[in-house]
Amino acid sequence: MDSITVLMTSPMSDYLETQLKDRFNLVKLWTYSSKTDFFKHNSHSIRAIVGNTKIGADAELIDSLPELEIVSSYSVGLDKIDLRKCQEKGIRVTNTPDVLTDDVADVAMGLMLAVARRVCECDRFVRRGLWPKGDFRLTNKFSGMQVGIVGLGRIGSAIAKRAEAFGCPISYYSRSEKPETNYKYFSNIIDLAVNCQILVVACALTEETHHIVNREVIDALGPEGILINIGRGSLIDEPELVSALLQGRLGGAGLDVFENEPEVPEQLFGLENVVLMPHVGSDTVETTDAMADLVIKNLEAHFLKKPLLTPVV
Amino acid sequence: MTTPNCLGNHDHQSKELSQVLVLEPPPIMKLHGDQFLNDFQLLKAWESPLPLDQFLSIHAQSVKALLTPGRYPLTKNILQLIPSLQLVVTTSAGLNHIDLPEFQRRGIAIASAGDVYSEDVADMAVGLLIDVLRKISAADRYVRKGLWDTKAEFPLGSKLCSKRVGIVGLGSIGQEVAKRLQAFGCRIMYTSRNKKPFVSYPYYSNVLELAADSDVLIICCGLTEQTRHMINKDVMLALGKEGVVINIGRGAIIDEKELVQCLVQRELAGAGLDVFENEPHVPRELLTMDNVVLSPHRAVRTPESLTAMCEHVKGNLEAFFSNKPLLSPVMNI
Repeated sequence: MDSITVLMTSPMSDYLETQLKDRFNLVKLWTYSSKTDFFKHNSHSIRAIVGNTKIGADAELIDSLPELEIVSSYSVGLDKIDLRKCQEKGIRVTNTPDVLTDDVADVAMGLMLAVARRVCECDRFVRRGLWPKGDFRLTNKFSGMQVGIVGLGRIGSAIAKRAEAFGCPISYYSRSEKPETNYKYFSNIIDLAVNCQILVVACALTEETHHIVNREVIDALGPEGILINIGRGSLIDEPELVSALLQGRLGGAGLDVFENEPEVPEQLFGLENVVLMPHVGSDTVETTDAMADLVIKNLEAHFLKKPLLTPVV
Repeated sequence: MTTPNCLGNHDHQSKELSQVLVLEPPPIMKLHGDQFLNDFQLLKAWESPLPLDQFLSIHAQSVKALLTPGRYPLTKNILQLIPSLQLVVTTSAGLNHIDLPEFQRRGIAIASAGDVYSEDVADMAVGLLIDVLRKISAADRYVRKGLWDTKAEFPLGSKLCSKRVGIVGLGSIGQEVAKRLQAFGCRIMYTSRNKKPFVSYPYYSNVLELAADSDVLIICCGLTEQTRHMINKDVMLALGKEGVVINIGRGAIIDEKELVQCLVQRELAGAGLDVFENEPHVPRELLTMDNVVLSPHRAVRTPESLTAMCEHVKGNLEAFFSNKPLLSPVMNI
């Protein structure tokens, strides 16, 4: 298949890059100094895009590649892909669900524990040599805390299963109720926030869910509440989140995603009650390889006219 | 005749209250005061201007119960000064401050912390493990230093699911750790003094074999003569270069010097430590490592645990003085 030209939108995985180079004619978007330069050389040959959470396939890119047949995303999130345009043009779209579910759920739990039990703060305390001067403060008990999940999809359900092992009562808000679970359902996010101590944002980013966690939700969660985001930065109104944390209207936050990655509001850097990660929810050796394998398998299936493994469109 | 303050209230009714000797205030008393023990007459040795041996000789000859924190070593010498002692209630999860054989010889009962702290300690163990494997504290440092937008890429972590977790000591804490990690898809194995009936996790009779078959070792046992430096160089090498050690037991269960060497020489992938051999001192080499997570012996310090411990201590003392079974007697010394 090395006559087939595949576009990789940004550096995402050395392993994936090697695999793509071995099988296809690989074009790397970031090696071009200008868009015009890129389009001049490649617009008529590219038949597939491999995108990720940084650069996917927006309308402009899709429109400029007339031979495009498939977008295989190295992510489970689809917010960087113009799905409607793909549907209109008959372009297939695949993503990487399931293989990263455990890892993202693990980071959500790790962030919850890190904020509630102040693990990172304890670590800083010891490294700064403060322990001989006096004991560290008390931290809140985590087991049994009420956990509210926004979006009970694969990742949300995996988080719920883990939190249950800590005796945490689980409630959720989702597009639809899931009667097969015995978690408590709330039909709106405010009620969920009022009734939980830790709010975990685990839903997909769409037009409807943009800023779903706004000032009202943050205030409902309250000054003892903890907000965890492993979804997408824009699910939360970030300026509102920052001001709530600075003013003590929110108890703490654990964030793996931000509205304008890699920018992180610097006012957060001075806070002890937040834990910040650079969008690494699925970044383990095992999972990144599995994601890459899934991208490759989807591309191969498409070009061999076989059924796609994880189609979205 | 006035009674000094340290003998509790001055009311003549104080003679009817059962006496409880306290050599040094446990953390619950420092943080909560002692109202929860209003039903008892507290003999507060630390408030007396007398040196301890004199205080005990004068005031503690008929005392039957002692409340003690974990940091206060209860040695033979002290026991000799409290000849009527029948019960020690300790607020510490560990028992290494108590000369167990001597207590057994004298027939003194010990009421432990029971499982009051187990959930909190297990939570900390899991929190430390996720942090080490997924580099949470390291990621937080990376972001705060402004490194995200630079060429310095953040390294990949390691998946928790399917990791073989060897639990050293399957008591109350070890079982809570196991229960939690099972939900993450970890495979649990354990070693303990004895195989536990009704437990389906694979049992290993020695820690070296457990380490050889594990990706992670979590130290959940108590410190005794047998477990001192049980996690030695051989065990750490058996765990291997991808191995991770989590310690929420006692620092001295691990040969700390060897641990540091193994980490420096990359014979171990990482460690999460809440306890150390010479607290509050932590080996300098660890303070700059990115693959370790350090905690200042805080695993049990939640307000909820402290409140529960007040109730638990009171419950044990009440049981003792009314000749009922203790809530959490230590057996099988």
